[in-house]
Amino acid sequence: MTPVNSKKTPFTFESVEPESGLRAALGMSRADIIGEVGACNLRGRGGAGFPTGTKWNLAAAAKVKAGGTKYVVCNADEGEPGTFKDRVILSDHADMVFEGMTIGARAIGATVGILYLRSEYVYLRPHLEQVLERRRAGNLLGQDIGGLAGFSFDIHLHMGAGAYVCGEETALIESLEGHRGEPRNRPPFPVDTGFEGQPTVVNNVETFAWVVCVLSRGAHWFKSIGTEKSTGYKLFSVSGDCREPGVYEFPLGITVGELLEKVGGQGAKAVQIGGASGHCVPASEFGRRIAFEDLSTGGSIIVLGPGRDMLAVARNFMEFFVEESCGQCTPCRAGNAKLLGGVEMLQRGECSMNYLQELLALCETMQLASKCGLGQSSPNAFVSIVKHFKDEIMGRTLAH
Amino acid sequence: MLVGQQQRLQDDIRALVERFGRKRSALIPVLQELQNAHTTISDFAMQVVADELSIHPAEVYGVTSFYAFLRQESRGRFVFRLCGTISCELSGKSRVARQLENDLGIRFGETTADGRFGLEWASCLGMCDQGPALLVNDRVYTGVTPEHVHAIIDECKSTFGAHAREAVHS
Repeated sequence: MTPVNSKKTPFTFESVEPESGLRAALGMSRADIIGEVGACNLRGRGGAGFPTGTKWNLAAAAKVKAGGTKYVVCNADEGEPGTFKDRVILSDHADMVFEGMTIGARAIGATVGILYLRSEYVYLRPHLEQVLERRRAGNLLGQDIGGLAGFSFDIHLHMGAGAYVCGEETALIESLEGHRGEPRNRPPFPVDTGFEGQPTVVNNVETFAWVVCVLSRGAHWFKSIGTEKSTGYKLFSVSGDCREPGVYEFPLGITVGELLEKVGGQGAKAVQIGGASGHCVPASEFGRRIAFEDLSTGGSIIVLGPGRDMLAVARNFMEFFVEESCGQCTPCRAGNAKLLGGVEMLQRGECSMNYLQELLALCETMQLASKCGLGQSSPNAFVSIVKHFKDEIMGRTLAH
Repeated sequence: MLVGQQQRLQDDIRALVERFGRKRSALIPVLQELQNAHTTISDFAMQVVADELSIHPAEVYGVTSFYAFLRQESRGRFVFRLCGTISCELSGKSRVARQLENDLGIRFGETTADGRFGLEWASCLGMCDQGPALLVNDRVYTGVTPEHVHAIIDECKSTFGAHAREAVHS
């Protein structure tokens, strides 16, 4: 009943000397730090895959509005079903995350950092506060950090309150400001108009940790791993029907089949990649690569074994989205409820092919017309399950 | 609500507003701490918070009703949140759910008559490799089986009383 360690492979984070990334950054100009992060082509580890160097460059160039400051925000609202690698990073490598945030602050000229921690992880809070306190005492936060005159930066924690949508960066900022977590229109983007209207960088927990490795070992090292468009290592949260679920570090570009072998998931019927908002990949496509250019993921890998009922899987995802849609825009609010109704009809064996086609057309509308990534991606699992498992889901009888 | 209780609530809210500041961004931390101390966020409390932060009470209601971990109705001293998401489903959450209902004597979304236990579903708790996962206040249990349920409830009962306030979070 007590949680066990989820780590299944060594992490590169363990072999990087503490504070070596920050030390390197303090000896570099702002432009050079951003140049290095840009050159390694590190892309956002939360799943969206936006180039971190580009984001930092935009925030560095943006002007602070009167009387304010720039912000560095760490998105620790890890809510995607099947993702738990940020929990492990924050438990075991919190220093590295804060070090990465401090490098970010130096790069864009921010003085305030905020770690937005999901309320489900409230038990991590005392540990994180302790690490922050130690960093303050060690002059790694506060005034003239590391002896660099004029470089001031501090980090505080802000607890989420239970809303998946707050993983979307503008919803997260709304929540930080004390509002409902309803995503904003973009543009303007947070790099220009973020928290309190000021330039704000929002990056995932894992992204900040990789920044430290890049500064410590150089962009060239990071680029030598992975594929051309998806450089570096990535942490994967593996769960479901496999012998060794847990958190693994693999280079991006690994195929689904290779990954299944490493985690003891051979013989799987399908793998859900990218969590509830991701895609369901059938066994016939296990040769595909996990990378931004093929199967993109924030790290969630859910293995579905031979006996699994794909409609039950689709239903669980749709129930999740009906619960977690913020309700702001109609395609998402109404669409997800319609899709859940459709899955229930399929389970009862009462869905005509015509109605199924209508549901798929609705999915397209949701993907095109929803305001944020939640609604745009919520039909993905349904669409891929219908596409690959039509045989299994049509014409059901009660025997199922 | 008795005048004494109202007064105490007002005092608590004022102290929280002092601590977190009068900015709008203080709203959620104030509501969270308020709920920790009082288990719920009542209509009266929302009105006081609104007055203190100089915003409309509808704004406070809007925020309170939006977030799953803020609530207007008490879920009791011990809030049981069973992860309902896919990986926990694959590892057998349905039977744990049934046993929780049996042993607590309530359905999901309800609170026991003595105000001790509440039961709800949670979206992914981030324990997907060791499901089914159950969050009780701020303590997480993993690999929960139907047989474990009784022991977990007993553990709560044994901390109720002298140490109960410590155990109350979120």
